[in-house]
Amino acid sequence: MVTEIMKGLATTLKHAFQPRITIEYPEETRTVRPRFKGRHVLKRYENGLEKCIGCSLCAAACPADAIFVEASENTDAVRYSPGERYASVYEINMLRCIFCGYCEDACPTEAIVLEHDYELSYYDRESAIYVKDRLLVPSVEGSDITPMEVEKGEFDRAIPDMEDPS
Amino acid sequence: MTESILVNIDDKEVAVPKGTLVVDAAKRVDNDIPVFCYHPKLDPVGMCRMCLVEVGTPLRDKETGEMMFEENGQPTINWMPNLQTACTMVVSDGMCIRTTTSQVTRARKDVVEFLLTSHPLDCPVCDKGGECPLQNLTMSHGSSESRFLLEEKMNIEKHVPLGDLIFLDRERCIQCARCTRFQDELVGDSVIGFDERGRSLQIITHSDPGFDSYFSGNTTDICPVGALTTTDFRFGARPWELAHTPSVCPHCPVGCNLHINTRRSGQDGNWSIKRVMPRQNEQVNEIWICDKGRFGHHFVNNSDRLTAPMVRRHGELVETSWDVALGLVSEKLQSSNGSIAGIAGERLSNEDLFAFRNLIQVNEGSVSQWPGLLGGGDLVQKVGVGVDTDLAKLGSDTAILVIASDLSEEAPLWWFKVRQAATKLGASLDKSRAALIVANARETKLDKIAKYCVRYNYGDEVRTILALSHAVSDGNTGIMGSIAANDNDDVIAAAKAISAAKNLIIIYGGEGQSYAASNALAQACSNLLIAKGNVGKKDNGLIPVWTHCNTQGAWDMGVKPAGVSATEFVADADVILLAGADPVGDGEPLPENSFVVVSELFKTKTAISADVVLPAQAFVEREGSYTTGDRRVQRFYPALPCSENVLPDWEIFQRIANEMGVGDVSAGPAAVMRQISLQVPQYRDISYENLAAVEEQWPDIGGEDSYYGGTGFQNTGGLGVQTLSLIESGFSVSPGDVDPIGLATGELLGVPVTVLYDRGSTFVKSEIMNSRISDPYIEINVGDALTHNVTDGDMVSLILNGKERELIARVSNDVPQGAVLIPRSMDGPMLRGVVPVNINTIDHGSKE
Repeated sequence: MVTEIMKGLATTLKHAFQPRITIEYPEETRTVRPRFKGRHVLKRYENGLEKCIGCSLCAAACPADAIFVEASENTDAVRYSPGERYASVYEINMLRCIFCGYCEDACPTEAIVLEHDYELSYYDRESAIYVKDRLLVPSVEGSDITPMEVEKGEFDRAIPDMEDPS
Repeated sequence: MTESILVNIDDKEVAVPKGTLVVDAAKRVDNDIPVFCYHPKLDPVGMCRMCLVEVGTPLRDKETGEMMFEENGQPTINWMPNLQTACTMVVSDGMCIRTTTSQVTRARKDVVEFLLTSHPLDCPVCDKGGECPLQNLTMSHGSSESRFLLEEKMNIEKHVPLGDLIFLDRERCIQCARCTRFQDELVGDSVIGFDERGRSLQIITHSDPGFDSYFSGNTTDICPVGALTTTDFRFGARPWELAHTPSVCPHCPVGCNLHINTRRSGQDGNWSIKRVMPRQNEQVNEIWICDKGRFGHHFVNNSDRLTAPMVRRHGELVETSWDVALGLVSEKLQSSNGSIAGIAGERLSNEDLFAFRNLIQVNEGSVSQWPGLLGGGDLVQKVGVGVDTDLAKLGSDTAILVIASDLSEEAPLWWFKVRQAATKLGASLDKSRAALIVANARETKLDKIAKYCVRYNYGDEVRTILALSHAVSDGNTGIMGSIAANDNDDVIAAAKAISAAKNLIIIYGGEGQSYAASNALAQACSNLLIAKGNVGKKDNGLIPVWTHCNTQGAWDMGVKPAGVSATEFVADADVILLAGADPVGDGEPLPENSFVVVSELFKTKTAISADVVLPAQAFVEREGSYTTGDRRVQRFYPALPCSENVLPDWEIFQRIANEMGVGDVSAGPAAVMRQISLQVPQYRDISYENLAAVEEQWPDIGGEDSYYGGTGFQNTGGLGVQTLSLIESGFSVSPGDVDPIGLATGELLGVPVTVLYDRGSTFVKSEIMNSRISDPYIEINVGDALTHNVTDGDMVSLILNGKERELIARVSNDVPQGAVLIPRSMDGPMLRGVVPVNINTIDHGSKE
């Protein structure tokens, strides 16, 4: 019986000197794997135009009906995205989202990407709805870059012409 | 009945009428031959080549003409060396068609690949995406790869406005010509066409304003790609996100069946109408609607709408509860001792009108229809057009007489259908056309397609019909000679056509007439129909061109015009009840010391001056039924949710009756209809169930298979039920006395006419149409303009109903000498008939 107790204590002692695998969350956070599916972001092209063209295919693909899109028309004077159409309303209800990533697959412009933010908790349901401003990535210079005024005919097509413009 | 012949499609025997096209024959056995340019409503052209099939005919012995047979007993088939377009080929006896061979499959694949050589890959941003024939057929017949280079796609304009209503995307057009053929063949407004050739071929508009046609929206429906889109729906939503509700158009007496698409808004969470589309009803509007019906829906969610009941306290209208408002109304009604006048608008539903009339009658008041410009509703109940008449399918044995109406402005879809009957070759290929006789004081759009035109002077409408009747019975015009001798020949020619025709339909309108005059006109028309025996059967009878969508329903529910102005009608009443009527706005003031109750959608001038204002629901927020000019009762459904503080009209009146202890509140509109069916003899067989009944229609446009392409909607809400005319119910009807009305005299006569794009409260609120709605104007003859020193575009002043108005003068050759055309519903006072006018030019003094 004494040997059994000693064996147990030895195991405890052994682990006491091994490296720790827990971290002190939330003071410390762990980096996630590259393909981790966290909260969505809406991407921009390098020139600042929004990649999202408001086609609503993400909403159509969503099995949880978490996405709502409403589109409007771009003009050269007030341009949000390349082509004629942009998302004037874009909302994701994070309480509904099951992080399946179908929206990413459906997106014809690779505008929506599930990134690495997983800290999603809310005090009320209202704040679980991420509107476009919260989803859109800020540009390098600052967040207020769309709508922008562009040359006539410069960005009048979205797909498949629009790759990363300089 | 046309002869039926047997054809063999993919080893299936099919019996189809002679003259059927291969593509339609195949569709009858659910063999969908893919098509882009072919549309069953249009003549075939064979432009897209998508419908290629293998065709063979039985080999016959050259000498005997006998069919030749193989050893196994099957007829020997002579297969054509090349593939044939199924949309242009008419079936012949014993024809064999193969649609599944590798040659056909290959051809379809190649045609799709070819059509896509320059079609952009922008389905995600295209409004047609999701209901696009090119998308669908590419998925089912196309190849997954293209041998053409992406970089070689044409880069042309994607944002070309064809006028204010329709946008063209040149890249997407596959040059099927459905839109141009629709405009040329069916509408007759050749305002769009092809320009350039080959790959540069493009649609252009050659009218000013662009695409100037009342039917332009229909081209976006039949477009098999997203090349044509409407400004109204542009990027509004994806088709699969929309909710669907069947409805009925509230704008004119045709009663076009609508399909309303709604969606919840992301901004405020409210539902709104995204687009209004036609719903197939072959008897009524086929698959078309006019632009007024398509774009004139914005009044529904207008900020002018009333949202809560209001009562007048210390001179101000203040919001209150329904209980307080209705309590006050019932108190006033009770203490009025029957000194009550009720005025109900012709755009209320049957249920509303029935409840309204009951409320007034039980209180021993009198009711009148608003505006009640046109008479003859009782005659329509007696000798109205026969059940199952389809205006578009009338043949050469039918004469159509249109008098005192510009159908293209007053009832566009009837104009459209009459045009089919008068110009288009019959579907049965017997090349028959109905004889169209147009009688009017001025030239209208109908004249172009009419076989006979009869001109008269304003005021001579009744005499013209009397002269025609006379000529029909004994070959000369009798009294007509003293009125307009120069038109004698036209009258006799028209009378000959009427005599020769087996069937006769008379369509009468109210242009330039008073209520009494139009009553006499309707009687004269009825007498002619009765005398010739053209009543009580299909393709015969009387059709009124009412000014509103449910005028016939108002007559049927016992709400008839008073024949006088609202001011005169309510003169002695202590309590005045108005529903869907705005006499004050139309220049007919109400007495100041009466107690006025208004049930309305908007803050109209009448509502602002009333003592109690009750907010009513619009047609898309509730259920109800309208009765068309040809007596078809049609049901509409709630498409938008509505605040609980706004009630349907019928419920408002029933709640007032309930408050007074003289009636109950029905459980719903279906229950009101049940009461109607018990009390109104013509409606005895009508219930909400049979109004909702549908049956299969040919061609099946907008069906599950979306075969004929374009955007169309099957009828799921009901085809409606036509009420029987008295004569069809077995009653005998005898001609009545006609009293030609004395004519207003004066150097210039103001003639009220109806225009489609007016400034009525249910239309002017559609901002999208504002560029097409004219500022208030009058039209004047060139000669009269000269004498009065008026040039085209001048501002002139006119005194109408005692009020001076400033309007734009348009000088035109089409206006008869001595007449000034004054369009109705143009912010001005309402004219109840022809009035003498004086025109003064306004000198603004700034010209140097």
